[in-house]
Amino acid sequence: MQPVDPQELEKVGGIVARWQNRPGPLLEVLHEVQEALGCIPADAVGPIAAGLNLSRAEVHGVVSFYHYFREHRVGRHQLEVCRAEACQSMHSQVLIDHIKKRLDVDFHATTADGAITLLPVYCLGNCACAPAVMIDGELHGRVTPQRLDELLKALS
Amino acid sequence: MSVTIYVPGDSGALSLGAQAVAEQIAKLAAQRNLAVRIVRNGSRGLYWLEPLVEVQCAAARIGYGPVAAADVAGLFDAGFLQGAAHPLCVGPVEEIPYFKQQQRLTFERVGRIDPLSLDDYRAHGGFAGLTRALSMEGAAIVKAVTDSGLRGRGGAAFPTGIKWKTVLDQTADQKYVTCNADEGDSGTFADRMLMEGDPFTLIEGMIIAGIAVGATQGFIYCRIEYPHAIKVLRAAIAACIAQGYLGASVCGSGKRFDLQLRLGAGAYICGEETSMLESLEGKRGEVRVRPPLPAIQGLFGQPTIVNNVISLASVPIILAKGADFYREFGVGRSRGTLPIQLAGNVKRGGLIELAFGTSIQELLYGYGGGSASGRPIRAVQIGGPLGAYIPASQFDTVLDYEALAGIGALLGHGGVVVFDDTVHMGKMARYALEFCAKESCGKCTPCRIGSTRGTEVMDRVLAGVEVEANLELLNDLCETMLHGSLCGLGGMTPFPVQSALKHFPEDFHHVRH
Repeated sequence: MQPVDPQELEKVGGIVARWQNRPGPLLEVLHEVQEALGCIPADAVGPIAAGLNLSRAEVHGVVSFYHYFREHRVGRHQLEVCRAEACQSMHSQVLIDHIKKRLDVDFHATTADGAITLLPVYCLGNCACAPAVMIDGELHGRVTPQRLDELLKALS
Repeated sequence: MSVTIYVPGDSGALSLGAQAVAEQIAKLAAQRNLAVRIVRNGSRGLYWLEPLVEVQCAAARIGYGPVAAADVAGLFDAGFLQGAAHPLCVGPVEEIPYFKQQQRLTFERVGRIDPLSLDDYRAHGGFAGLTRALSMEGAAIVKAVTDSGLRGRGGAAFPTGIKWKTVLDQTADQKYVTCNADEGDSGTFADRMLMEGDPFTLIEGMIIAGIAVGATQGFIYCRIEYPHAIKVLRAAIAACIAQGYLGASVCGSGKRFDLQLRLGAGAYICGEETSMLESLEGKRGEVRVRPPLPAIQGLFGQPTIVNNVISLASVPIILAKGADFYREFGVGRSRGTLPIQLAGNVKRGGLIELAFGTSIQELLYGYGGGSASGRPIRAVQIGGPLGAYIPASQFDTVLDYEALAGIGALLGHGGVVVFDDTVHMGKMARYALEFCAKESCGKCTPCRIGSTRGTEVMDRVLAGVEVEANLELLNDLCETMLHGSLCGLGGMTPFPVQSALKHFPEDFHHVRH
């Protein structure tokens, strides 16, 4: 995975400037920074804190609190697999075991070629069509191991 | 004349291939020189039929489902544009018993209309509630909501009108209306379906709330796991601004109401109202100690309405048709309708909006058709990850707030997750504790430490280590969490754990790994 180029950090200033006079802006800023840079690198915390008149600790505290925010970039594709009850009732564990074996990664890890990051997710709101996965923001329902293999093939 | 074809743009339908179906219909219609108009409606909530394609015929909308892209050529050949017979034809969609027997009030338009067409919304009764509200005093609006008997559909079931009254009675320079769209409970998708299928209803409900209590700013806090709903909400808010429903003068009334969409970031706890307010303020989503109530000191310290999506989306019809109309539905102190979400291991999962009072049995077998696997249903979990597990012997219980409380369970947001007899209840109980440990905000000790210690104790039980002594310890810990936690996460995690222990003890005593 590519580390964040120092030049890319310059985008942070623009994002902060757009939000700094609006109420309660930190989460929105973090969303935009992650969207622009692929993550919220440690080097971005200082400029965000300074721009919003917060301490670095406050910004870091928020980044680390929320599961969605990450400090490092992930693979080219994100595979999120639902671990919640409705999907469990439709044997999502079989699907999860299959995925881990096939990709040879555990949750929160990226395949050796940097292609796919595997993440757990707790409910995608597709509980009547379980088990569900999300690939790069696209939802898939009633996913069997075979269907998943097809979806992964379509990525490469 | 062109034929109107409905292909849902609901993310559940999309997850089963609706996009490819819509594209294939457009392509083949062009090839065959047939004039069609494709509307991307919301889902009817009949998920076993999704993607459910509907064709507008003279008398009714004729459905075909579940349709795959590969089926489309055959549908054209069979003459589906005229509603002709085909193995996938399900007849007039609104005559399907699963749909016909429902009492759709809040979901009246979902699946019927183009979610982003204000013309379609108005043509189907949209903004009738707002029009009425604009002619009323704030106190009268609040009274109508109170009289309707509407209680918070997010799970806590607090009377919505009383919450509004508290905000109305405060004197403040700024008040807020916030919508909790952080629908994180497993087995629930009503908020998502409504936001994707009829977003203007939610917006209308929020405007009415703002006018009622004198709040000029609204926020929708939507979870990041719903990218499609986010897209629809953004477009819907922009459309309402463009046509003067949002902004400095709502419908030319001189009353201001602005609305912003804010995004969560994957924290389950932010579905708890004070935690959501912290998150909206840009902070860690740690729960606040109450009092003060959010209605008195909420967002940025100002009086704030915090309501769930379905509560707010039920307000327009209450204003349009009157409090009496709404409270005619339901039983006892549970008035109106409840959008039930039937999910998990069930043959016909979906959204079922009914007056309170349907039995679990009727839901599982009458609507659901039994388990998806064909095996016996062993348990259901109602109300999300903090809801109790209910055994088959209690399936005659009806779905209302008091009846479920009577068996030590809860209704929550109305999600029902079905498990067949392959479920291991020991593992489900362990999962409840593990989930609490993962999602605890960390503010109070019973939840933060209790969930982790509970998971460890449960592991020992499931490994057969000093089972009796460890179960006693676990029960003790559950009692501490129940009584000592600051909010529902720590305080209700014992429900699934203790109900599993009570009703399915055999899954805890004979396991040897």
